[in-house]
Amino acid sequence: MPTFRRRPHIGRRAIGTGLLAALALSAGSGPAAAEGLSFLDPQGPVAAAQRDHFYAVILLMLVVVVPVLIFTPLVAWRYRYRNHGARYAPDWKFSWPLEALIWGVPVAVVVVLSVWIWQETHDLDPYAPLAADKSLRVEVIGYDWKWLFVYPDLHIATMGVLGFPSDRSLDIRLTSASVMQSFFIPALGSQIYAMAGMRTKLHLKANRPGTFLGENTQYNGKGFHDQKFRARAMTARGFTDWVKQVRAKGVPLDAKAYDVVRAKGGLTDVRRAVAGGSMPPGTVYFTDVSADLLANVMHQFNGGASSSEVIVSERSPANDTALRSDAGHAASATGEPPAREE
Amino acid sequence: MTLHHLLLGRLDLHALPFWTMIEHPTHETIVNGTITTAAAGLEVLAAIVVIALVTRAGKWRYLWSEWLTSVDHKRIGIMYIALSFVMMSRALIEAALMRTQQAFGLGGGFLSPEHFGELFSTHGTIMIFFMAMPFLTGVINFAMPLQIGTRDVSFPVMNSVSLGLTTAGAMMIVISLALGKFSTGGWSGYPPFTEAAFNAGVGPDYWIWAVTLSSLGTMMSGINFAVTIYKRRAPGMTFMRMPLFTWTALCTAILMIFAMPPLTVATAMLALDRYLDFHFFTNGSGGNMMNYANLFWLFGHPEVYILILPAFGVYSEIFSTFSGKLLYGYTSLVLATMAIAVISFAVWLHHFFTMGQNASVNAAFGIATMLVGIPTGVKIYDWILTMFRGRVRFTVPIVYGLGFMMLFVLGGLSGILLANPTLDYQVHNTLFLVAHFHNMLIPGLLFGMLAAYHYWFPKAFGFRLDERWGMISAVSWIVGFMLAFFPLYVIGAMGFPRRTVAYFDPVYRPWMLIALAGAAVVLVALASLFVQLFVSIRRREALAVPAGDPWDGSNLEWAIAAPAPEYNFSVIPDVSDRNPFMIAKQKGDAYQTPAEFQDITMPKNSPLGMALAVAGGALAFGLVWHIWWLVALSCLGVLVAIVGQGFARDCEKVIPAAEVRRQHEAWLRTVAASRAVPRDLEGEPANTGLAARDRFSQAAE
Repeated sequence: MPTFRRRPHIGRRAIGTGLLAALALSAGSGPAAAEGLSFLDPQGPVAAAQRDHFYAVILLMLVVVVPVLIFTPLVAWRYRYRNHGARYAPDWKFSWPLEALIWGVPVAVVVVLSVWIWQETHDLDPYAPLAADKSLRVEVIGYDWKWLFVYPDLHIATMGVLGFPSDRSLDIRLTSASVMQSFFIPALGSQIYAMAGMRTKLHLKANRPGTFLGENTQYNGKGFHDQKFRARAMTARGFTDWVKQVRAKGVPLDAKAYDVVRAKGGLTDVRRAVAGGSMPPGTVYFTDVSADLLANVMHQFNGGASSSEVIVSERSPANDTALRSDAGHAASATGEPPAREE
Repeated sequence: MTLHHLLLGRLDLHALPFWTMIEHPTHETIVNGTITTAAAGLEVLAAIVVIALVTRAGKWRYLWSEWLTSVDHKRIGIMYIALSFVMMSRALIEAALMRTQQAFGLGGGFLSPEHFGELFSTHGTIMIFFMAMPFLTGVINFAMPLQIGTRDVSFPVMNSVSLGLTTAGAMMIVISLALGKFSTGGWSGYPPFTEAAFNAGVGPDYWIWAVTLSSLGTMMSGINFAVTIYKRRAPGMTFMRMPLFTWTALCTAILMIFAMPPLTVATAMLALDRYLDFHFFTNGSGGNMMNYANLFWLFGHPEVYILILPAFGVYSEIFSTFSGKLLYGYTSLVLATMAIAVISFAVWLHHFFTMGQNASVNAAFGIATMLVGIPTGVKIYDWILTMFRGRVRFTVPIVYGLGFMMLFVLGGLSGILLANPTLDYQVHNTLFLVAHFHNMLIPGLLFGMLAAYHYWFPKAFGFRLDERWGMISAVSWIVGFMLAFFPLYVIGAMGFPRRTVAYFDPVYRPWMLIALAGAAVVLVALASLFVQLFVSIRRREALAVPAGDPWDGSNLEWAIAAPAPEYNFSVIPDVSDRNPFMIAKQKGDAYQTPAEFQDITMPKNSPLGMALAVAGGALAFGLVWHIWWLVALSCLGVLVAIVGQGFARDCEKVIPAAEVRRQHEAWLRTVAASRAVPRDLEGEPANTGLAARDRFSQAAE
């Protein structure tokens, strides 16, 4: 399996590789049975690293957990009331060596975990670009109760399916046109919140072509459970063909279509309203999409465009500056220095 | 504005749970309407039955003067726990309903999404604010003053007000079942979803005022407990001589004082947004929901330790008592408790690692979160070492305790996983998280409180609880918990979001069915608790422990009769070490007649708590339904009650020394007539509350 790892991890191999394999095996037969559902059956480098980290933390924690699981029943039974053979020391209440052990071991475990946390959190920062390759820009906008995937460089947008080539990483920017939502493709990697008036970022990559579950995990009303999509990684060629298809079958995202998009309702409601009969089941394709859509949706909540204007493209250098300062606003709101932008 | 609006605000026939199904009869509205109507009907019926029974028994005056207006910390504690049991029953039935829905939720199920949303919101809100909080507040109220050797808390009337406000908050949720709909925004009520722009109905308002009333009551409880522990310890009881449960009560009280106000502020700001068009947490006009998330979890994380610390205190008591041995590592446990209390204020951000902070901020809070794991781990080992070289009796509290330790470490393991921002990105908002916090709260808090209930019940009522039914309940809780929540870890790791009414992938279904079986076992556990209470009341003669020390206890609460006299101690004891009662028994100077008795001054009953409960409840109800005359009237009522209290002069009563002497001597006669039982007869009728000194004879062998 071509596992992508940006940095060999300290101490990983040191902890019982055999047990790790056993755990992975049992996970493979259980949770990850359905393909593309879980990070325990990772389909991309981020999820793979998360899975490794998951097992590593569990293994290390067993140092603290296993003694409790063994000694609790053992001690209770050995020193049960009726066992007159066991020593009874009712006034024994302290021992320095034991004290050192019960404080020392958890401290040692936490020190190791802290080093891991620091490294992993920086390595797998969803804001950090994954590789130097030419990534595909996708802008994700959360509506009640569906996601809109805008490809600003291709001037298309889709719903129900997020198509991308497996040989390029995804450079995702997110916002919400409604309440807070959380964008998540478990088999590929991290989830991140999408919030109105603010922009968050996420970088993901798939190892190879495949179809993975995508969803919203933040409850946002009655259509929440239905707010799923498919993330489809394709070959480079397959992606080019798919974009052509979207262009051929899509409907323009004009004011009328946008009203349908932003109205409360599920994907099927949008499909019905835009007469997407020629599009594949469970998808809606849009063409003529403004490259400024995400920025405009954000501006809406910051005293900018009204909802009827958000589909208009006005990209100009001046507008670009506005967008940038806006991102700075979101950045400061999320507690990150604006310098992190780019 | 019509007359209807003037009189009833937005309350009309649509608020009735069956109205929608009459107006729009579809399969969905009929199924959901029937369930809600049946539940509301049950509630109304229960209320009518209770009122009828009290009336028939002619007990209204008794109820009013002995309970509702009582400022006795023990009575208030018992009422808190009674409230907790009632609310727990409702929230558990809701949980079982949700498990049933999800077990059959492949492609739909039978509940509507809105109904499911109300269920998880009321379940969470009740379990945190109206089950867990009243339970631990009740236990602290009952046991802490007895443990430190005082006659009441520092502010007895305020104690009654705390109970009143908490009850009024609980009533909001009770009423919401029969009138209108509750919030679907979960127990955390995140805006902007709960803002008027997205949820204009009464649901979020019910949530806001229920939680606000409860948070005010809890903050006052915190002040009361802290001041009581600081100022009213018996002479000689230095801090390092306090029982460990009292230590955890102190830390909990401090957390309550500092953690509840952010919640009150957050709900008040949300109310301003909703009622007066402010923009604190709205999408537009400069609002930002991130501020809410920070405020809420600034409360929410210390809250987790408010919930768990008293349980840790209970476990410290019972492991020592039922092992017949001193607590191992007292100082260590005190330090660990304080450490947890302090660190708990520095971890709140781990509830939203996924909000887009930079990696360093996330990592810092992740590490802080894991630091809490250290003192917690130490405590677990301290309890194991307390059993080590002891003589462990497998009573109901010990079974809860053993179940707790082995399950809690697994919850700790999943907690450490969640503390890693990298892993939180994967399991946040999924059923993995739900499994984790239930794994902490059920074995941690609930088992601890049920152990405390079993442990101190004899001190409250003078008879023990039936062991057999208690054991059935404890084992059912443990097994039911494991069946209900371990599958959720698996499903959560498979990316299943929490609060999901239905799903489309059959892979989840087998796990959901196991969880449903677990829910059924948990219902058995709850039913067993009620059977246990019923059986115990019937067998109260056989289970009576009038001498007052059924478990061979170490602390002051066991040095008095059971049930404890109103004034707790005939004479305030002098304390010269930890475990004062054990030492007294050891030296043979327990059960003495004091040289002289004195008159005891106790606070008189006060109707203020009830007045504020009614006025506060009416105020909240008026605000929810926009009945402004009721709002004005109840504000006036609150004002009059508080100002009126200031004019109350005759607030104390005196219990004459002769009466104290009479009761004390009667108790000593009972003690003298009691047979001292060795510990292997602890669960038998022979145990009337006088412990044989086998502990020391054993040690001497």
